[in-house]
Amino acid sequence: MVDVASETPVRRISNAYQNWYRFSRNPTAVIGALIVTLVVLAAILAPWITPYPEHVGAVVNFRARHLPPSAEYWFGTDNVGRDIFTRVIFGLRISLLLALVVLGTAVPIGTMLGLLAGYFGGWVEIVIMRLTDIALAIPPLVMALAVTAVLSPDLVNSMLAIAALWWTWHTRLIYSITRQLRTQEFVEAAETLGASKFHILFREILPNCVSALSVKTSLDAGFVILVGASLSFLGLGIQPPTPDLGTMVASGSAFLPDYWWESVLPGCAILVVALGFNLLGDGLRDLFDVEDVR
Amino acid sequence: MTARPMLELVGLSKHFPVRSPFGRITGAVRAVDTVSLTIPRGGVYGLAGESGSGKSTIARMIMGLTRPTAGDILLDGENITGQAGTRAYGRKVQMVFQNPGSSLNPRRTIGQSIAVPLEAHAYPRAGRAARIGELLDMVQLPADFARRYPHELSGGQKQRVAIARALAVAPKLIVLDEPTSALDVSVQARLIDLLVDLGRQLELTYLFISHDLSLMRNFAEEVGVLYLGRIVETGPTASVFEHPAHDYTRLLLASVPVISAEEEAMRPRIELIDGEIPTAEKLLARRQASHLPQDP
Repeated sequence: MVDVASETPVRRISNAYQNWYRFSRNPTAVIGALIVTLVVLAAILAPWITPYPEHVGAVVNFRARHLPPSAEYWFGTDNVGRDIFTRVIFGLRISLLLALVVLGTAVPIGTMLGLLAGYFGGWVEIVIMRLTDIALAIPPLVMALAVTAVLSPDLVNSMLAIAALWWTWHTRLIYSITRQLRTQEFVEAAETLGASKFHILFREILPNCVSALSVKTSLDAGFVILVGASLSFLGLGIQPPTPDLGTMVASGSAFLPDYWWESVLPGCAILVVALGFNLLGDGLRDLFDVEDVR
Repeated sequence: MTARPMLELVGLSKHFPVRSPFGRITGAVRAVDTVSLTIPRGGVYGLAGESGSGKSTIARMIMGLTRPTAGDILLDGENITGQAGTRAYGRKVQMVFQNPGSSLNPRRTIGQSIAVPLEAHAYPRAGRAARIGELLDMVQLPADFARRYPHELSGGQKQRVAIARALAVAPKLIVLDEPTSALDVSVQARLIDLLVDLGRQLELTYLFISHDLSLMRNFAEEVGVLYLGRIVETGPTASVFEHPAHDYTRLLLASVPVISAEEEAMRPRIELIDGEIPTAEKLLARRQASHLPQDP
């Protein structure tokens, strides 16, 4: 298709450069972006950068159990002598996978429903928004507890449970933006020009939601990881021996306070990841100047 | 064959219900009340009136954005009241909105915005880029503007883009809803010149809606003065402007700022109330109270 937008004009590069400049002047955004980049890289490269990749599985080395942090074992070892640093890095993979899958399903569904409710109004709006209200009334953690209790506690089920409720926030956000945009002249202009509903929803309205959506998604990634960690802490998430940050905090807590590193250091890892996504989200919010996102 | 008018409005009305706090309909705002007008092919009809007089509601009804309560809209002799807003209809009528800042999507390039009607009317893909360049050329903008975003353009340039977009499907009638009110005075005049040129080249018919009477005097061939949803005076521009019959028209003309003594002399005199030019309501109320005939 001969689309004028697909060419890369000089002015857009300068725009991108302007945005980058504004972004790099914002310390929280830069720190957040750095943390997120490091975490993602570490998770992807885990088998190559960790000192004891074999410690991911059911390895037992009783001579090295409960060793404190040292040059050999950076985060110390656990009750069966496995390197905690290795297991934390591998644990990041599970956390990120959880965030990716939950948001990967919740964001498109929530956006779609929000667009439909905001644009069409009437009974479409009533049905979608009342459903959203109902779903919002259930705390995600309680829902996840119920689902994993009924089904078996594993990664897929906990993802399913969280995703089943997470779309509501995106629906409400996109709904309120769409309501505002619907009466804008450019939407009416598109209508009088004969544009299809599909065009108006996805080409006219959706591009104006992207900045709010990216802020929201970044903030949410941190929260989803926290909820996932809480589930595993309660024993309803990922099952051992797969390393998971929440599970490690839970199993290490049996040896507090003597062997504090076994639960505190994985806990710090959760903190850093959640903080990274939150800082990035806040930074993006300042950059895009969106107000109505939590 | 007698020449059919391009656009004919017959007894067009739009009433908005007024509801009590409990949702009962207690009355109606007559935004547009039995408006009839005729625009000949290639003509320029100016619809004047202040804010709230129903100008934009008429434009929206012609475009199918609002459904009329009563009356008919005839386009090229065809009654289109039911099908306003459909695609076949959109080929014939297009609109230029008041605020160029909000009528172009800020997240889409000029080229993408102009391509909207081309896509909607299934214009062949291969020719689109060329057609966009051609349209930009018609409104005297360089073809490389297609790659820019609205925020990189001035108000006048944006309004030219809006005109180019309206011209994309070669319509016969263009509704101009206060196309110049958001622009600087110097830009306004050039935009009107452009519209006059395009109208002549493409044999367009215009419905020009504005509260700016000096622009209307230069542009429109015939004017209708709208007051509280009704056309209170209509006729060829020159005669309405030189011999305004209705008080409201006189008031509108008296409110136009002038710069020269000649212009001042042409301005109708309005008696001041409390040292100010009276509002239309006050003036008409006083006229009724003194039992003076309203129309000569």
